[in-house]
Amino acid sequence: MLIPSLALWGVLEESSAVEFCLREPYPALFPHVLKQKGGLFLNRKLETAIAYFFTLNGAFVIFILVGIFALLLSSSFAAWQDVGFISFLTDRVWNPSGFVASHFGIFTKIVGTLMVTAGAMLFAVPLGIATAAYLAEVASSWEREIVKPVIELLAAVPSVVLGFFGIVVFSPLLARIFNLPNGLNALNGSILLGLMSLPTIISIAEDALTAVPKEYKEASLALGATRWQTLSRVIIPAAGSGVTAAIMLGIGRSLGETMTVIMATGNALQFPSDFFSSVRTMTATIAIELGEVPADTTHYYSLFAIGFVLFSMTFLVSLLADIFLHRAGEVKKL
Amino acid sequence: MRKLQLFSAHGGLETDDLRRKGHPSLVEGIAFALLRLSMLLVIAAIFFIFFDIFSKGIGIISWEFITAMPRRGMTEGGIWPAVLGTVYITLITAAASVPVGVFAAIYLNEYARKNIFTRIIRLSIRNLAGVPSIVYGLFGVALFVRALELGTSLLSAGLTLGLLTLPVTITASEEALKAVPDSFREGALALGATKWQAIRTNVIPSALPGIITGMILGISRAAGETAPILFTGAAFYLASLPSSLSSRFMALPYHLFIMSTQHHSIEKVRPIAYGTALVLIGLVVTMNMSAIILRAHYRKKMRG
Amino acid sequence: METSSVIQVKKLNLYYGKFQALKDVNMEIGKQEVTALIGPSGCGKSTFLRTLNRLNDLIDSVQIEGDVSIDGNNIYDKSCDVVALRKKVGMVFQKPNPFPKTIYENVAYGPRVHGVKERKKLNAIVEKSLREAALWEEVKDDLSRSALRLSGGQQQRLCIARVLAVGPDVVLMDEPTSALDPIATQKIEDLIRELKEKFTIVIVTHNMQQAARVSDSTAFFLNGEVLEMGQTEIMFTRPLDQRTEDYITGKFG
Repeated sequence: MLIPSLALWGVLEESSAVEFCLREPYPALFPHVLKQKGGLFLNRKLETAIAYFFTLNGAFVIFILVGIFALLLSSSFAAWQDVGFISFLTDRVWNPSGFVASHFGIFTKIVGTLMVTAGAMLFAVPLGIATAAYLAEVASSWEREIVKPVIELLAAVPSVVLGFFGIVVFSPLLARIFNLPNGLNALNGSILLGLMSLPTIISIAEDALTAVPKEYKEASLALGATRWQTLSRVIIPAAGSGVTAAIMLGIGRSLGETMTVIMATGNALQFPSDFFSSVRTMTATIAIELGEVPADTTHYYSLFAIGFVLFSMTFLVSLLADIFLHRAGEVKKL
Repeated sequence: MRKLQLFSAHGGLETDDLRRKGHPSLVEGIAFALLRLSMLLVIAAIFFIFFDIFSKGIGIISWEFITAMPRRGMTEGGIWPAVLGTVYITLITAAASVPVGVFAAIYLNEYARKNIFTRIIRLSIRNLAGVPSIVYGLFGVALFVRALELGTSLLSAGLTLGLLTLPVTITASEEALKAVPDSFREGALALGATKWQAIRTNVIPSALPGIITGMILGISRAAGETAPILFTGAAFYLASLPSSLSSRFMALPYHLFIMSTQHHSIEKVRPIAYGTALVLIGLVVTMNMSAIILRAHYRKKMRG
Repeated sequence: METSSVIQVKKLNLYYGKFQALKDVNMEIGKQEVTALIGPSGCGKSTFLRTLNRLNDLIDSVQIEGDVSIDGNNIYDKSCDVVALRKKVGMVFQKPNPFPKTIYENVAYGPRVHGVKERKKLNAIVEKSLREAALWEEVKDDLSRSALRLSGGQQQRLCIARVLAVGPDVVLMDEPTSALDPIATQKIEDLIRELKEKFTIVIVTHNMQQAARVSDSTAFFLNGEVLEMGQTEIMFTRPLDQRTEDYITGKFG
């Protein structure tokens, strides 16, 4: 028993994988103490084991991401074997239990998702950036003290509550204003999703605006520009990458939202004709049908395939946001 | 008093190039007013929502409402099982995500080199933060409910939500660890402590308030999530309270969802739905507020 | 060299909250001359400079008493238009701070903001300003390059061109060469000597030799007060106050 354990210790110590993952502990201080043999021998092994343990925890995150990806992909393949990848994406009809033939086309749902997201951004981006600009440059400090917590409050509201609000208040309101039978449609969903994305957009855009070096502001004002000219012509352009990242993250949030859209958009299966139509998003489809679908059927796998499409979209958006945030960090080089 | 004239001795700008003097200030006035209006619109929307839910829900809130069991197919009585269920699921989520999250943060901040491996980890964290909650639900069903055969239960749902909150926990813990000055670490090492000892005795205790804050923020989010628990363990009506980790459970967000969309007498239970919404918001906001207050309190303390 | 003064400062006092940064400053700044402000760090030179274009307005806790008149008009009077003031009195900062835009856009920013829209006019102004700032030859081939790609010295000259483009009478310079290498510094000093033919220049500098090389008049600041002011040659060879002599000869500061 002793010999394999010692062998394991040996592996741990010499493993170059460990070298790869871990840095020397604060090398400047007493490195010779840690390299000493004898009294500290076991301590060093323990330390390495502990370090290895933490490394595993860190790597766990990668496992999860890869795991989700693999699961979705493999289920999607199972679905696409039956349905065909192209037809999955382009068929307008979703009718898994159709009498004559079953259709697994998610095109309508992709359109639905894109519609509510686009609508949400139309609503949230101007309002969000304007509010962020106001907070960063125009607001007095007491205004900021009050407004920022209120926006945090909005960020804390669970999506189901906003969806509820959409049903009880917004839907009758929209129905009355626009003379509709009910107010559960893409417009309703868009506005609510916009509200949900506002805190994200506002806080990241505001960070980007305040990070612009104040030397730019001084130079602009010293040239005789007004505060508004400085804001619109120097500060906002200089914060461009950060603001774009904010929008990307807002989009990501809207794409992936489930409960609010289920409750507010009506979930009709037909191809929407305009923003007053009821739409069904990809997220809604999964949420509505996963409960009833028998396991391991094409229908079941198709839902996972929808999940895969969603995952890819949000992955892409996240990546783009990362790139822009990275670029935003470069503005600080003054 | 004569306003300042512009010299054009060296021809930089000539007076006839300029607009009427008042023009830029007018534009500024209008622009700033519009910005202010945007902000006010946002604030107004937020207040409107809170006011509506508060005013229509407060009527039904009472100690009885929160602690009593529902009766007559949910049309009367209280929402105690949902409250309890939410508390349970939150605890399990915390147990699942906090240790792993903190350990991962410790790795990133204390042990990791700056190489591609670390960058991939950070990239993964950011991407996981963006994954839709329903996709976590799918993953939870496939992995916990089916593959690991945990069935629809508190455990499955808790683990699923744990995965969801992991990115938040890691990020917040890392911030807390970063805030600990290096002099703490160096001081301990210089006295002969090993690295782990230094971390355990010096770094973690001083980062603890930040870690706890992050944890509270993370689980307050989990408390409000519906999609991940839809198919991993939540139920609308259960005869009894959850007795073990493998029981199904009721939860406030799911309760609200069903009450407002699928209940057989939606109009009748509307007041209860409002009450549920109010309790849920109250819970989440309280947790958020306490986290923020805690953070502010400990920041002040750190500054001494 | 003309000796009529363009800026008159009378009994200027400035407070940052409770702290008094400028005490009873009286000064006359000559037209089309270079006036240097010297003195140890933190003695109010930069603060004083910023009162001349009211850039101190940006700080909330600042309170100002006294008179600052440019061409006979008190710029702290309520009816004074700050925007017009800053067209007349431009400023170059210690660390070159070109906008993250192209070279052209940087120089054209000022005129654009003041209403010039015609492309031809802007082109003319940009070329003229870059020539006046002795930068034209170096950048004329590609004005659409990002300004941030220029060297430190070039960036500073770009900032000078940017200021010149709005057609000021007075150019304030706050330690314009302290962030630059010796060669770039020399180029800027040469530039200053050329510019004073057309503009009034007030320069804050830490570098005594620079003040001696470049300026016509010098004012010595100590603890927020102007201890001594006079023609540079005279001040540097026969200063009136012992403290001035101590500072100039390097005994402190």
